[in-house]
Amino acid sequence: MAINIEQIRADFPILQETVYGKPLVYLDNAATTHKPQQVIDAVSEVYLKYNSNIHRGVHHLSNVCTQAHEEARIKVQQFINAQHSHEVIFTRGTTESINLLASSFADTFLNAGDEILVSQLEHHSNIVPWQLLEKKKGVVLKYIPINQAGELILDNLDELINNKTKLVAVAHISNALGTVNPIKTIINHAHNKNIPVMIDGAQAVQHVKVDVQELDCDFYVFSGHKLYAPTGIGILYGKEEWLNKLEPYHGGGEMIKTVSFEGTTFNELPFKFEAGTPDFSGSVGLGAAIDYVNNIGIDAIAQYEHELLNYATQRLSTIPNIRFFGTAAEKASVISFLIGEIHPFDIGTMLDKMGIAIRTGHHCAQPLMQYYNIPGTLRASFAIYNTKEEIDKLTEATERVAQLFG
Amino acid sequence: MTINEIQEEIIEEFAAFDEWMDKYSYLIEIGNDLEGFKDEWRLEQNLIEGCQSKVWVHAELQDDKIIYSADSDAIITKGIIALLIRVLSGRTPDEILNSELNFVEEIGLKDHLSPTRSNGLLAMMKQMRLYAVAFKAKLG
Repeated sequence: MAINIEQIRADFPILQETVYGKPLVYLDNAATTHKPQQVIDAVSEVYLKYNSNIHRGVHHLSNVCTQAHEEARIKVQQFINAQHSHEVIFTRGTTESINLLASSFADTFLNAGDEILVSQLEHHSNIVPWQLLEKKKGVVLKYIPINQAGELILDNLDELINNKTKLVAVAHISNALGTVNPIKTIINHAHNKNIPVMIDGAQAVQHVKVDVQELDCDFYVFSGHKLYAPTGIGILYGKEEWLNKLEPYHGGGEMIKTVSFEGTTFNELPFKFEAGTPDFSGSVGLGAAIDYVNNIGIDAIAQYEHELLNYATQRLSTIPNIRFFGTAAEKASVISFLIGEIHPFDIGTMLDKMGIAIRTGHHCAQPLMQYYNIPGTLRASFAIYNTKEEIDKLTEATERVAQLFG
Repeated sequence: MTINEIQEEIIEEFAAFDEWMDKYSYLIEIGNDLEGFKDEWRLEQNLIEGCQSKVWVHAELQDDKIIYSADSDAIITKGIIALLIRVLSGRTPDEILNSELNFVEEIGLKDHLSPTRSNGLLAMMKQMRLYAVAFKAKLG
């Protein structure tokens, strides 16, 4: 199906905004995406028509609200093709999902000397929660190294995944480079040794079709706000058998079955991991965002964004002294680059003045920047509403700005 | 010239720029020209790590005046540093502590000093004042 880009752009009111009097060119979608009117309306409708606390009220609005929240869970289940809707846990985002998993997994399974395997290109969210366990539990953090192109080197995977490894946690797609990792291969290797795998899908679900059953991953996490949904809602998918084995994360209402001062029994999945009043306007917004994406079709989105990536790579290549970081064979619509030795902050500051929003800095992936021995990069990341004209503007502006720093 | 007279001078210089691009070109120029930061000062204790750019600040007393030196890995940050040094360096601690810096705002670069810019400049200005407090105590 072809993409109707005018129609899509009309769905996102913020794209009409100007910055310093210039039309907004928003190329920071890996940080967060904008929200279509359909999502904004769905969230508004919660507060306008049926806001009520869920799962406990006997009254009408509570039932309506509960139903909307649980329908959103089913939309997520279908979106990632989970076997059961109770395998979908609502969290505040990818970061909380990983912290939840790290905490609960450690309580149940981890001891001093056990190893967690991540990769060299992880976002800090998939490094620091495990590092905290190094201090608390004496767990050892190992990583899969990368090559110059920003691809994982799997040559020593059988040594890295060994009898001390208790969990493998890797990104589906790198936020800083756009590399699509060979997660299926990693999952197969780990499963051959009965080791579970968590995939950080924060940069993936908005770009490629994700089927957790086909991947056979044990956990899959992502955020709503990078998928055109509101901020503050995210997902931890876990296979039922694993989630049942894990200790709860936060205690409170909703996650209990019975409470007395002698002890507490916990609720069943998914509620065991959802203490307190959940973000039901966020979940409804996420459901609407999934409807929006499904309506366009994730395959059509992937194809269009791939065109943008190829076009941007080709256009930016014409800028003298450009250095690309992340030249993997398989990439999502993220381009990281520097111009000669010019500091990314300098170019980013000037582009901002020209109405072009890109990301500059280390992208919360400092170990990756240390590998390349750079302070950071300029990162342009594309979403479904971006256009080739915007890429032309980025290219021309970057070239013009770079000359100033000569 | 007093601190305020130099601030006025800078504000006048910048008033000549009609285009934001000219303003930034000038910042880049003076950033490139900023010299005098010795390698031996490039120490962890002199480093202010912003999320976006790094700033190093060194200060020493010459007679009763503070001489500031600073550097950054980003040129625009360096350009603003050059202006701050022009205003504050070579002054007594009392002059610095009694000064009210308004020129950054007046020349339209205020957003570079906001905490969200995280380019190290705001922390650098605080550090410059802290040096003034410390040297004032030392001078008695």
